[in-house]
Amino acid sequence: MNDITGYERKDGKFGIRNHVLVLPTVCCVNGVINRISREVPEAVCLPHAYGCGRGGPRDLEILSRILSGLVRHPNVGGAIIIGLGCEISNTKSLLPLIKNAGIPIEVFNVQEDGGSLQTAKKGAAAARRILSEVRSQPRTALPWDKLLVAMECGGSDAMSGVTANVAMGVVSDWLVENGATVIFGENTEMIGTAHVLARRAKNADVAKQIEEMIERAEKLTREVMGDLASVVISPGNMDGGMSTIAEKSMGCIFKGGTTTINQVVDYGEAPSERGLILQDGPGYDGDSMAGLAASGCQLMFFSTGRGTPAGFPTLPVIKVASNTRIYDAMREDMDVNAGSLVEGRPVDALRQEMIDLMVRVINGEKTKAETNGMDVFTLMTVHPPF
Amino acid sequence: MKGNILIIHPRDNVAVALRMLSAGELAVAKGIEGFRALEEIPASHKIALKDISRGEEIVKYGEIVAVSTRDIKKGEWVHTQNLESKRWKK
Repeated sequence: MNDITGYERKDGKFGIRNHVLVLPTVCCVNGVINRISREVPEAVCLPHAYGCGRGGPRDLEILSRILSGLVRHPNVGGAIIIGLGCEISNTKSLLPLIKNAGIPIEVFNVQEDGGSLQTAKKGAAAARRILSEVRSQPRTALPWDKLLVAMECGGSDAMSGVTANVAMGVVSDWLVENGATVIFGENTEMIGTAHVLARRAKNADVAKQIEEMIERAEKLTREVMGDLASVVISPGNMDGGMSTIAEKSMGCIFKGGTTTINQVVDYGEAPSERGLILQDGPGYDGDSMAGLAASGCQLMFFSTGRGTPAGFPTLPVIKVASNTRIYDAMREDMDVNAGSLVEGRPVDALRQEMIDLMVRVINGEKTKAETNGMDVFTLMTVHPPF
Repeated sequence: MKGNILIIHPRDNVAVALRMLSAGELAVAKGIEGFRALEEIPASHKIALKDISRGEEIVKYGEIVAVSTRDIKKGEWVHTQNLESKRWKK
């Protein structure tokens, strides 16, 4: 009854979608990507704002990890890389990171391939070619222990930590019990809970990493926001019934469930452990989703109370509304109504609905964000551009 | 009768009001006996599930989220007027 299927990759990973990705190395060629997108709408095109003008080692590390992580993403069956030629993050630097991805990849550079129109034409032809290639791949049985599921919250309200994140937490525990791996990030939303998370670490080493990660997040928040740092526990939160930063943050981290934390990974880094994993990434939804996706999650649950429609290009995102009002107001964007708990629905019944939906989505049913094409792709940067 | 409060974790000594509870209203959740709200509890705020003494930890999500600053009776509203952050003292 919980049988799931996917696309087996040469490296042993499983995708639950078989996307053909069209990815620029730098924003200068976004127009080429947009032309390909119009010509081949089935291709997943990811225009973005990065690739040059940020030369710091940390920004370059993040950029190459995210771009290569998305090409190697399990849901990606083939990729077209479009470069310019003179950018810092170029096709030559990207290729070594993706050469053993085990999927068909074609590379073009606008300065060498006849300019933007010719490159768009070549890229579109390549996208059609690879699409017809991946279409013939059959789905096969997917073992639950090959599944990485991300838990995200954004546009939260006072009920997010009461309904939606509680429901996602029990789903997280179910996934870990069944052998899957669960990952969540948003380190700013862990402030105040270091003692809770560290106690759940599998060993002293992981506990130390958790404490250091949260300390860095708090220090950075205070440095950058100054007196405004207290907005992490704002009057809005107080009005909503959250009395302390620890309580507010518990409402966020509960979405990952209650199991042992086996590893802390860097932003966009793929976990090597199973079970519950923390990612040292930011709370901003777009940036957070990109980091989790580059880590290789095939699927994401995303709770929202104020109502954000955002999805991510390479993976199905299941939107969980925290209250019935926003579920009704954004019915075409929301997949699950966790606000039903307020009407007295048992948590177990909601958990079962979410597991059943997840199984159908893994097996190919589209989420609302997928159907609507609500793709968002931004990533974390640490320095301003030059 | 349908529940109007949610107990998130079995260890918790507070529950969350799923809607505004009036003073004197019966608070109901699965697995516990109904008890009266001693004052108005705003929606999504906390209600004490048992008597909590001054200095006792407030447990929600199965974890310590605050410390009480005075005795709190079962059925009372639990918020900034009767608790403080364990970490960041007022």
